[in-house]
Amino acid sequence: MKFVVAIKQVPLRDSSLRIAASGVWIDEANLQYEINEPDAYALEEALQLREKHGGEVVVLCAGPERAGQTIREALAKGADRAIHVETSEGALDTLATARLLADAVKSEAADLILTGLQSDDLGYGQTGVVLAELLGMPHSTIIMQVEIQDGALRVKRELEDGWFQHIGMPLPAVLTIQSGLNKLRYATLMGIKKAKRKEIRVVKAEAGATAPVVIEKIYAPLKSKQAQIFTGDAKTAAAQLVEKLKFEARVL
Amino acid sequence: MSVLVIVEVGHRMAGEALAAGQQFASAMGAPVQAVTVDAEYTADGFTATYEAHVRKTKPKLVVLAHTYQTRDWAPKLATRFGTMLISDVIAARFEGWPVFVRQLFQGKFNADVRAAGDGPHFVSVQAGAFPPVAADAVETLSLAAAEIRQRPEKPFRESARAVDLTAAPLIVSVGRGIKEQSNIAVAEALAQALGAELAASRPICDAGWLPMERQVGSSGQTVAPKLYVAVGISGAIQHLVGMKGSKTIVAINQDPNAPIFEVADYGIVGDLFEVVPALVDAVRKAKG
Repeated sequence: MKFVVAIKQVPLRDSSLRIAASGVWIDEANLQYEINEPDAYALEEALQLREKHGGEVVVLCAGPERAGQTIREALAKGADRAIHVETSEGALDTLATARLLADAVKSEAADLILTGLQSDDLGYGQTGVVLAELLGMPHSTIIMQVEIQDGALRVKRELEDGWFQHIGMPLPAVLTIQSGLNKLRYATLMGIKKAKRKEIRVVKAEAGATAPVVIEKIYAPLKSKQAQIFTGDAKTAAAQLVEKLKFEARVL
Repeated sequence: MSVLVIVEVGHRMAGEALAAGQQFASAMGAPVQAVTVDAEYTADGFTATYEAHVRKTKPKLVVLAHTYQTRDWAPKLATRFGTMLISDVIAARFEGWPVFVRQLFQGKFNADVRAAGDGPHFVSVQAGAFPPVAADAVETLSLAAAEIRQRPEKPFRESARAVDLTAAPLIVSVGRGIKEQSNIAVAEALAQALGAELAASRPICDAGWLPMERQVGSSGQTVAPKLYVAVGISGAIQHLVGMKGSKTIVAINQDPNAPIFEVADYGIVGDLFEVVPALVDAVRKAKG
């Protein structure tokens, strides 16, 4: 079977982010990047499915040149090869991203396409669903378990408030994967070495149609409450906080 | 020109979607229509039904609640109209064209997003962003004929919840900042000193450091205790929606810009491994 995993490169978690001079995106200079966390779970799920059913895992990524490093890391974890749709710097809207991914993957005849349920940067949470629509494939989202039996798919979808649901659908299909459905592996030394020789097909992104949404401005959020912040050494701050909890908030 | 609100009847956000739709409609000087589908949910079935309705009624704006169900099919609908769902919106302005406010980078920034073109525009609103109105006057659409590829089975719950966090008056909740499983004990000591329940953000439960039933957030429990102490939790929106109704919120975090401080009443910016033990001592002292 052919498994395709769509991944995104995002700034390293807990990076200190600054707004760019343009005011419409973050300043990308001097940032470090990593795989979007839900996509890491999608990759792991694809690797486990390949171990069970055989076949091939192809990494698919739309991003600027720097995304090559994240792609290489995915290959080091065990993916067989990759397609890198090279874009210019800055954020693409979801529809544009999904169109690029769809064009690049069409000729692959994938059996199952997996991706994370949302990105840690834009957070629209829809690339997988849009990709499925563009490819004419069925899909399901927020998936906690994937079973393949007799050429069909049965997945466990997370609902709200602790509810779940199994859903069956034919292959090929697209699934968006929820974090925590498996245990992530680390790349081995051997894996890192092997990754250097694995194929990355680079496709230059064509300039897309007019964006359906435009970011006009980004800014620090207004605080809904003004928190009282206690500073100083831990002991002093803790004592001040407890004082407030006892006499102002009256919760102790 | 009208505003169409798609209502998930029975969902706690139904009234919020309607409230947002009414607010946007009044700013646009447009009438509102609220609709729902009376059928078992499938992404294919709902997309086909609402596509037909949108083509027929030609709304300028389609408003939904940002629920798990919306996330499963509304992007597909927007794609059929050559546009995308502006998801998880917290506010809107109308200056000749609609500008929607949504969060980026897990709540670290807000973005003003303009919907280009003439519409229909598709928007889903975040839980808690629009005070709900009564979800009445909702018209029911019948399911359109379409090829439905998903075969849903009956929803189920994993097991009875052994821990009901919703009843706890005091909660100490732990996040990624705790770094290692063995460090959970640091937060546990604070919970014990306060007489609080121990809870966690999703990544902690994903890692198996605490059971899933102790998870607070959109995929876990929604709590509103008297006191919620967030230890090493940055405050991604998925967590905030599960706890921002708490009466008093304390945040302990190394990053002064962490979104958790936006909803906190009190905060300590610092190393939790120094702050929390100091807090345990101070609480013990205060309780005598």
